[in-house]
Amino acid sequence: MTPFTFTRAVDASDALTRASDVGARYFGGGTNLVDLMRETVEQPTTLIDVTGLSTTIAETTDGGLMIGAAVTNTALAEHRAVRTHYPVLSRAIVAGASAQIRNMATVGGNLLQRTRCTYFYDVEGSRCNKRQPGQGCDAIGGFNRIHAILGASPSCVATHPSDMCVALAALDALVHLSSVSGTRTLPLTELHRLPGEHPAIETMLEPGELITAIELPAMPMAARSAYRKVRDRASYAFALVSVAAALEVEDGRVKDVRLALGGVAHKPWRAFRAEAALRGGPATVAAFTAAAQVELADAQPLRDNGFKVELAKRTIAAVLADLAGVSA
Amino acid sequence: MSIVEDAKQAVQGAVQGAMQKAIQMAPDSFMPGGKPDPLIRQQHGHIGKPISRLDGPVKVRGEATYAAEFPLDGMLYAALVFSTIAKGRIASLDTDAAEAAPGVELVMTYRNAPRMASMPLFMTSEKACGGNDLPIMQDDRIYWNGEPVALVLAETQEQADHAASLIAVTYDADHSITAMAAAKAKGTEPGMFMGQPLQFATGDAAAALAAAAHRVDETYTTPRHSHNAIELHAATVAWQGDTLRVHDASQMVAHTAWSLGHVFGIDEDKVHVTSPFVGGGFGSKGLWQHQVLAAAASKLAGRPVRLMLSREGVYRIVGGRTVTEQRVAIGASEDGRFDALIHTGTTAMSRHNVLPEPFIVATRSAYAAGSMALDVEVAYLDMVANTFMRAPGEAVGTFALESAIDELAVAMDIDPIELRLRNEPDKDPTTGATFSSREVEKAYRDGAERFGWAERGAPGSRREGEWLIGTGVATATYPYYRMPGGAARITLRRGGHATVDIAAHDMGMGTATAQTQVAADRLGLAMEQVTFRYGDSTLPGVVMAGGSQQTAAIGASVMAAHRDLVTELLKLAGNDSPLAGLDVDEVVGVDGGLAKTDDRTRHESYASILSRAQRDEVVVEATPPAPLETMHWSMHSHGAMFCEVRVNAVTGEVRVSRFLGSFDCGRILNPKTAASQFRGGIIMGLGLALMEETQFDERNGRIMNPSLAEYHVPVHMDVPAIDVIWTDIPDPHTPMGARGVGEIGITGVGAAVANAVFNATGKRVRDLPITLDKLL
Amino acid sequence: MSITVNGLPVPLPSDPRVSLLDMLREDLHLPGTKKGCNQGACGACTVLVDGQRILSCLALAVQYDGRAVMTVEGLAQGGELHPLQAAFVEHDGFQCGYCTPGQLCSAIGMAAEVKRGVPSHVTGDLSAETIALDREELRERMSGNLCRCGAHNGIVDAIFEVYAETEAAE
Repeated sequence: MTPFTFTRAVDASDALTRASDVGARYFGGGTNLVDLMRETVEQPTTLIDVTGLSTTIAETTDGGLMIGAAVTNTALAEHRAVRTHYPVLSRAIVAGASAQIRNMATVGGNLLQRTRCTYFYDVEGSRCNKRQPGQGCDAIGGFNRIHAILGASPSCVATHPSDMCVALAALDALVHLSSVSGTRTLPLTELHRLPGEHPAIETMLEPGELITAIELPAMPMAARSAYRKVRDRASYAFALVSVAAALEVEDGRVKDVRLALGGVAHKPWRAFRAEAALRGGPATVAAFTAAAQVELADAQPLRDNGFKVELAKRTIAAVLADLAGVSA
Repeated sequence: MSIVEDAKQAVQGAVQGAMQKAIQMAPDSFMPGGKPDPLIRQQHGHIGKPISRLDGPVKVRGEATYAAEFPLDGMLYAALVFSTIAKGRIASLDTDAAEAAPGVELVMTYRNAPRMASMPLFMTSEKACGGNDLPIMQDDRIYWNGEPVALVLAETQEQADHAASLIAVTYDADHSITAMAAAKAKGTEPGMFMGQPLQFATGDAAAALAAAAHRVDETYTTPRHSHNAIELHAATVAWQGDTLRVHDASQMVAHTAWSLGHVFGIDEDKVHVTSPFVGGGFGSKGLWQHQVLAAAASKLAGRPVRLMLSREGVYRIVGGRTVTEQRVAIGASEDGRFDALIHTGTTAMSRHNVLPEPFIVATRSAYAAGSMALDVEVAYLDMVANTFMRAPGEAVGTFALESAIDELAVAMDIDPIELRLRNEPDKDPTTGATFSSREVEKAYRDGAERFGWAERGAPGSRREGEWLIGTGVATATYPYYRMPGGAARITLRRGGHATVDIAAHDMGMGTATAQTQVAADRLGLAMEQVTFRYGDSTLPGVVMAGGSQQTAAIGASVMAAHRDLVTELLKLAGNDSPLAGLDVDEVVGVDGGLAKTDDRTRHESYASILSRAQRDEVVVEATPPAPLETMHWSMHSHGAMFCEVRVNAVTGEVRVSRFLGSFDCGRILNPKTAASQFRGGIIMGLGLALMEETQFDERNGRIMNPSLAEYHVPVHMDVPAIDVIWTDIPDPHTPMGARGVGEIGITGVGAAVANAVFNATGKRVRDLPITLDKLL
Repeated sequence: MSITVNGLPVPLPSDPRVSLLDMLREDLHLPGTKKGCNQGACGACTVLVDGQRILSCLALAVQYDGRAVMTVEGLAQGGELHPLQAAFVEHDGFQCGYCTPGQLCSAIGMAAEVKRGVPSHVTGDLSAETIALDREELRERMSGNLCRCGAHNGIVDAIFEVYAETEAAE
């Protein structure tokens, strides 16, 4: 681990002031950053502890929820309002990592988790455009069973590893940001970038910009929502494919739907195309399968991950069928 | 008797053929185990009781001290830098920044490392145990991707790690062979294992297969595996005068002391290796380069050194189980009897170790067959030296063999248990030796009844919601080994307390607990009156915790020492004792003393004997006879492994819902710790079946998942309640009637799971691990 | 700046790189907390901070200023083992013993989570106020603690006996 200074921010504005150093990084639960620093993938010169930021979960005036960036994953998953109104979010969180990690990890930090691509982690021995722009990508042509099938580029085929973010993507979550020049909000679906030619730039955050809160808009249909994670062992493993969905069916037709995928792309993948195909259509397994086909039409599998295409389709159809109460 | 004189060599494989046959033909009475251990008859002692492990309280308090937990005054922390090419030379090495970094005491590379001999390669002599025999930082050459190229010593681990990251190395790569196909294209060589070729042929198997009424002929593949003991490999070392003191995590302390002595050119008694607690071994806790590097750096720095490998470091320098490609072909007659049994294939290994994964070893004694052809070929790769991992050979060999038998049973529409029992041999199929004890049928019958095997349905016939349910079965097997080198010391004190000393190991197998029970019974003492000391190279014996042989090796050594002890005690007892006139074969240890075996009223306590002789203690040390029994009889444990799986019809996820292991391992010394050994093996087998793979990038020979996050071992949620039962039938020819229980648990599991998956889904997976993508 | 470890205040390390794990093991000579991966993947380093289980290898000690840490060394009361420690011995919930301190601390933290009603991946009804600690819940909740010796059954039995059976009996 490269030496650094450790400072503690008392609140958001204090954090922003301290973040003026080049090489400063905000530091939440540390569950990803400490590991990356130990591997020297990350070498910040200053860590700004932001766990002193808001840890409250409060109802908003329009019936949604405002979640402080320093809320732990556990606290969010166990919150009554989340369990009742956004079960997909509780489900996604408890499907991720281990209880110990969820007790440490913050919501803000979870958003900024970095990929589990093993070539990204191998600082000494492998090439990675994310670590060193222009170096090349050893995952392409290597072990890429866990890698992306959607939205990847010749520069990078990594996936975003978060479960929580997949649920947030489905829930139209808004990310509240703060910087020295002011505050703004960004839809979660627009926070993360596809790799393109610059996979090192993973989010739309400006330098020094701080995540202060996540807002969940009111979404009555989310009371009927689900998260399904498919992985190589029964627990404590990253998703090969995951599906977050909320579904509203009326008279056998899809009145509204939210659908997002994990484990398939460089970002939590909101399945807008499938949603469009589903809205107004019949709530049948055939329709769900067809919508999944639409979403996966552009999938580009690599050497080891072709199975994800079929797996994603099946999982989407199964989750929607389950929510609709129709049998597969 | 020349047979005995040559036995050691014979066991090591140096003497073949005629000698082996002579030992086989010799009378039973010439053999160790020719006369059953008297303890087999004794049914009311400590043996067989489910005694909680004696070191349990210390472990749950967190007070057990492992190799990296001995703080030494002035100790420095080490960090390593690993090569990133598979073969070639170091072109440039810039250590300036590291040397200038805060807290750094030393940077060691090939430029300044002390001159050292290579490690003597495992099993090339009695005490040799190096994981490879390559030069260690002696020149600029690189032999595998991940080889240590620099070591940093600093005042703290943080400083050492950081300085290591500042070292810049460039390489001139040579052409390397890192892909299996390329290695095979260069030609393969026959594998040798423990001095013997991994080949066997009888009859014309190819012709018999072609002519058979029924046949299967398939290829099965298994990937690399890593032991992944949760304790990281570590050594805390110091030079104390001319003595090298090593706090190691070791399953072979005496071997390690001798081998380190060889490396540094000093006598083995100038190397003191201890390992009181080991956080899991499974074959991995031997001598690898890290202990040598720590000792070398300590020598240069003149200060004690702690080197605890990172998890990545373990993957880079400690080998694991290597990859196999196996063909199993079976030809059977109409009644299911095997006319031909062919088990051949290729395994990858480095040129710097001795273990071609011997996947045919289980097949050699498993089934009667009209003809057989067994062969392990080796393809050489430039890679980290592969090594022994729990049941080397059997763990992956039984996956292929027992899957193929299941395929044959399906093809013939015979119950797979019935098919196996029809091919039970009446003597060893390859050596012709008599079985010492073989209760395969009982294991199957008992297991089938308890598991509810009869309720099994046709493939694909059981479903609950999304889940397809199936059951499968396979045979587990592992040989009885007893390696040469055993020796034990018994110190009996007047107060009636005995200490048993032997340089053996307990990495969690329960050795110390079970052997305390055994020693207490043998001596006629209470458990509290016996202390079993181990894990120290200065104790007698060269006893490896490997090959599931410790129970036998310790048992035979203590038997020998005990015999000397009794002889000595009878001498001391003299003519004024109730024991007067009795010889060693006529007495037993009982009630804190000796008694005539068939007249317990003729008893004298140890206290009384020693008092009268005016002795405070009696000390004896003895070595057991060479392990000829393993050549005289065919000695194997068996098990019937029953598995129920649930396979998700949507996602292909496999979950093991039930598992039963029904074992025949001779007498079980401690049902509690033995059950844990069985379960532990089975759970590692579930990992092998469903998720474990060391990802070896064939482009450059680099392991790409050197991490417990990306190398999956089973978690609690993957592990159902595992039922284990056993025959408890003593083997009349082994110490205590026991055979080892440490490795058999992992064998047969891969096939039991694969066969259950077939029964659930109708899909046959012949390539481990059985991940969901193979079932979509 | 200080932190409380098993009830005693101790100074924080001056080097912010020092993990809570290494502080315990190297600075305080409390090696009961184990290092199995140093990357948050095995759970051997689990300790309790203000009653919550966390991974000490991923925790920078400096961040835990003012917090109360409980390690395996703090579980037994003098000569008396904690009931869970005794149950681990009785049920053979370990072999090599290396993952054991983490399993113990994790189980204690888990029991508190269950009592609080924190849901898990296998909790059927998210809206339920109380959660019954059955073996499936227990296995899922303990899945962050690897055991390579394969003592899983004994671990689950020990924890079940202490935290499920006794509470059911109350």
